[in-house]
Amino acid sequence: MNARYALVVVGTSTGGLHALTRLLSTLPGSFRLPILIVQHRSKDSDERLSGLLRVASQLPVSEAEDKEPLRAPGVYLCPPDYHLLAEADSLALSTEEPVAYSRPSIDVLFESAAYSHGNAVIAVLLTGANQDGTRGLQAVKHRGGYVIVQDPNSAESGFMPRHAVQHVVADRVLDLEQIASELVVRASEARVA
Amino acid sequence: MVTTPTPDLVTLAASAASEGRAQSFASATSDLERLEMELLLLAIYRHHGFDFRAYAPASLHRRIRRHMGNAHINTITALTELILHEPAALQRLLHDLSVNVTAMFRDPSFFAEFRQTVVPLLRTYPTVRIWHAGCSTGEEVYAMSILLEEEGLSERCRIYATDMDSTVLDHARQGIFPLARMKEYTSNYFLGGGKRSLSDYYIAKYDGALFAPRLAKNVLFTQHNLAMDRSFSEFNVIVCRNVLIYFDRTLKDHALSLFSDSLATLGVLCLGRKESLRFTAFESDFTALSARERIYRRNR
Repeated sequence: MNARYALVVVGTSTGGLHALTRLLSTLPGSFRLPILIVQHRSKDSDERLSGLLRVASQLPVSEAEDKEPLRAPGVYLCPPDYHLLAEADSLALSTEEPVAYSRPSIDVLFESAAYSHGNAVIAVLLTGANQDGTRGLQAVKHRGGYVIVQDPNSAESGFMPRHAVQHVVADRVLDLEQIASELVVRASEARVA
Repeated sequence: MVTTPTPDLVTLAASAASEGRAQSFASATSDLERLEMELLLLAIYRHHGFDFRAYAPASLHRRIRRHMGNAHINTITALTELILHEPAALQRLLHDLSVNVTAMFRDPSFFAEFRQTVVPLLRTYPTVRIWHAGCSTGEEVYAMSILLEEEGLSERCRIYATDMDSTVLDHARQGIFPLARMKEYTSNYFLGGGKRSLSDYYIAKYDGALFAPRLAKNVLFTQHNLAMDRSFSEFNVIVCRNVLIYFDRTLKDHALSLFSDSLATLGVLCLGRKESLRFTAFESDFTALSARERIYRRNR
């Protein structure tokens, strides 16, 4: 199948552990798009987060390595103290300065995906307590990608998704279970010739 | 006067009635931007001799965009125009394109592992030559120098610290780092196996920390471009952390072959925490001394 979308990027901050666990445990093992995740975390955090997500998900979960080929199924979590970027067919890491005090930064991931994958990107912004992600969603939208924001009222911390929906016209504003089923539907969509 | 197509194109996209039209429009913008990038990099290379064409596109694009934001340049083509016709534009761009974010004892566990695994090897050599490639403003070089002094190795070690950007090397030679970061560095230093107090090595002066000049006594800071320059000596250790992530696969392979040619028999190669020899042609030429800390040893 010539699929309409090639890549899912996910950004979250405060409350992300629960949100990611629920989202990934709801996605079926048959989900066939690579998923790149930025979760704000301290630079000293260890690999416990990826361990927890690995247990929760039916998809293979790992911490991203630089120049690792993008594979599907595959869930790639940004390591602490790096930015994660999407290249055309691989992952890239960067130690450039934090953006709005964050490294990793959600904006950096989303903007890179918009540049490398154009309109084949699905961007998902979840719970959080800052403004990261809004600019990135604008870039995704600008290049014709698909934008899903967690319903701020259903989020553990509604500030980040609320800021996003105030500044970007999201394609969907949904709670976590609905996001999982929306992703499954979008992943099966065929490319319009 | 340079025209700026972006806002009009945005309006055009918004008004595209069908999703199909919006889709083809969006991919056209990406194609156009890629073309502009290609032309810019070609102009920099052909006109000035600096080759960024094999840099990792995602982060390079980001740095170019950031430079354009700082310099109030609206399109990549407008930047190309400046690069070709305004002599001072290149230096400003080069400075923004090189990544000069660094720290002392970044990834402390690497330095702890280096003490434990590499230092005993170095003790067996009468003289040790170390190449620190992509040293930026020098924080990691001073960190290494401190480590070697504490292990009693500084007299026999010579560090060649290189970067492609000469302005950061001037900074590195001075050995003055922001005082505000000493708290973070002190904690890194201890976690990395530091044996004294980091403050033994510097004097606070205004908002800077001036490091002891003896730490730079056996260090030669010199310009070297991994993309264009050749091997210049033979080394027992090469440290190149978080530099190859800015290269594409071809250029990374090129740099690794340069390192491989520059390493003495059984020489040690240290990469950044999330960089590896996996997915490269050099995987079988090296053995991991510490897979976790990305410390490798040449097999022959």
